Amino acid sequence: MPKLIRSAGGAFEEVEDTFVAIEDEAPDPGGDILVSASRLKGGGEALAARSHGRLGVRLEPEDEIEDLEGRLAGVALVALAFPKFRDGRPFTSARLLRTRLGFRGEIRAVGDVLRDQAGFMVRCGFDAFVPADGSTASTWAEAAGRHSHVYQRAADARAPAFVERQGE
Amino acid sequence: MYRYDAIDRAVLADRTAEFRDQVRRRLAGELTEDQFKPLRLMNGLYLQLHAYMLRVAVPYGSLSPLQMRALADIARRFDRGYGHFTTRTNIQFNWVKLADAPDILDALAAVDLHAIQTSGNCIRNVTADPYAGAAADELEDPRVWCEAIRQWSSLHPEFSFLPRKFKIAVTASPHDRTAAKVHDIGLLLRRGRDGETGFEVIVGGGMGRTPYVGPTIRAYLPSDRLFSYLEAVLRVYNRHGRRDNIYKARIKILVAALGAEAFAREVEAEWEKIGPEGDLPRAEIDRIGAAFTNPDFVADPASGDFEARRAAEPAFARFVRNNLKAHVRPGYGIVDISLKGIGETPGDISADQMDLVADLAERFGQGDIRSTHEQNLVLPHVRLEHVHEVWKALDAAGLATPNINLISDIIACPGLDYCALANARAICVAQDIARRFEAPERAEAIGEFKIKISGCINACGHHHVGHIGILGVDKKGEEFYQLTLGGSGAEDAAVGKMLGPALPIDRVTDAVEAIVDAYLRERREGERFLDTLRRTGDAPFKEAVYAEAH
Repeated sequence: MPKLIRSAGGAFEEVEDTFVAIEDEAPDPGGDILVSASRLKGGGEALAARSHGRLGVRLEPEDEIEDLEGRLAGVALVALAFPKFRDGRPFTSARLLRTRLGFRGEIRAVGDVLRDQAGFMVRCGFDAFVPADGSTASTWAEAAGRHSHVYQRAADARAPAFVERQGE
Repeated sequence: MYRYDAIDRAVLADRTAEFRDQVRRRLAGELTEDQFKPLRLMNGLYLQLHAYMLRVAVPYGSLSPLQMRALADIARRFDRGYGHFTTRTNIQFNWVKLADAPDILDALAAVDLHAIQTSGNCIRNVTADPYAGAAADELEDPRVWCEAIRQWSSLHPEFSFLPRKFKIAVTASPHDRTAAKVHDIGLLLRRGRDGETGFEVIVGGGMGRTPYVGPTIRAYLPSDRLFSYLEAVLRVYNRHGRRDNIYKARIKILVAALGAEAFAREVEAEWEKIGPEGDLPRAEIDRIGAAFTNPDFVADPASGDFEARRAAEPAFARFVRNNLKAHVRPGYGIVDISLKGIGETPGDISADQMDLVADLAERFGQGDIRSTHEQNLVLPHVRLEHVHEVWKALDAAGLATPNINLISDIIACPGLDYCALANARAICVAQDIARRFEAPERAEAIGEFKIKISGCINACGHHHVGHIGILGVDKKGEEFYQLTLGGSGAEDAAVGKMLGPALPIDRVTDAVEAIVDAYLRERREGERFLDTLRRTGDAPFKEAVYAEAH
């Protein structure tokens, strides 16, 4: 079972993954479920009205993040898939999900997820990770915290260099 | 020169430590080559035909003497005593060992240099006019913007895994010395009606398999909105650029597929959403500007015996005609240092030559050295009274070839001598042509003439924008060369047109000479080769090259 690493208040910890991915045509087994973007679009009301268990949606890189606009009520988790770690589209998806759609739930990186991208992922708004490279919470934390300064604004609260410099 | 502050240094130190750890994991077998490859590429480390190659960033082509000496030191300690300046104004070392790479990066970081984003599918080293801050025809020094772009693009959390590499050039002069129109983004500094600074934004130029002169997608962008606009362009590209085919992944393909107007509309819509939140505060631009050292110019300095020596020494006069350019200040000149010695490898420089250039920059050049996309160096601020002494010293070191912009000032990629992608050699073709036109009188009589040679379709030697472009192709295991005519990387940017069937390697120099002779026959008073070609079309040149063959 791949590890799920979640950040909470700046720390990273390994936690149990309670979400079960279900196929588009499969019946709802109850509990925490992860559905595709098209299932969310198609069965939005029924899914939102579930009384037991939380709802998650998984987006492929080509899924437009804007399609989630107005559908995020009741969504606890958005999983963004990296079919290859070289595919950089989920970075944009995560950033827009946080900053433009105002999503406050969990954004999880799944697929070909490597610790060398941890810092970028955290900055773009990811707060949960299923590493494909055997990373532990501590190696992940080390990689994510590698850089003491950043040059750009992103989806996190870190002050970029140009703000730090103003304070000098 | 921009002076790093503690934050800039900390970023390099953290990055170097990160890479040291990645190399350790690779050497320990914790990372596969497949996993390590994009990580090392993010740090400029390529695996070439014979060895690892490390490409060091020279941001906007600007180097201090201290940095140049550090490069010389690296060339001696970790390479074979030389380095190679590239068309991205970077320097690469061709013979490094993987295990040494972290130490080299430490040595670079000690002088505020790095190899960040000199390769990989990210925003590459930003390039600028090599005469920035010195050129007589410049509107404003563009390097402040370049440094701001360097910082903004370094380790960008959202744009480090783009569909393909991404190159930005900035120029502030009507005469484009950066090839801005064949970049992913070309920024041409403009003065607005209100007297403020802005940019004409060109997106989607490029070379490679499908060359394009980039269209202007915004005629005037106020400079204080630059970074939100760059973010919008990059975001549209990151989301919609093709990822299914490496040869169709550059932004030029997206711009061409959508059409420049539709692409521009998408960018503008995204830009609207980002708003001024995405811009760099004016205070930071001012801080970066203030962090640049100002040359210590003397008002109206004496020019000493400059004119007298020029009149008395023909060789010096020739150097001045070809390698000295007009400076914005009276009594100063811009000295071009040719790395195109006849028979040498274009762009190569030995460690001793690096030290000499550092010394000269320190003694006579305000401590400022530039590298150019045409693989030469520049001392941008030399007092005219010192030019003779600089010339003597360069000449003694084989660095005073008076051929800037002439036929032997050839761009060539490393080609099959080094590169894992090449189909054919490029260096020896350049050397052979240079030898044929070695006589400086003849080269001067021919005038401005840009030959650019690539050893494969990836076009690292910029053949598409050569007045004569030469492209190496492989025909059943033999090296053949396709000629194109009429390309230009300057403000009149154009992609060259193929002249005819590819030629075997031993006919290339003859063909170039036949084209040159045809030009000399056809040209009218004052015409450069490009002017003649544009007037006559390529018929006389086709005839000259292919008629002789039969």
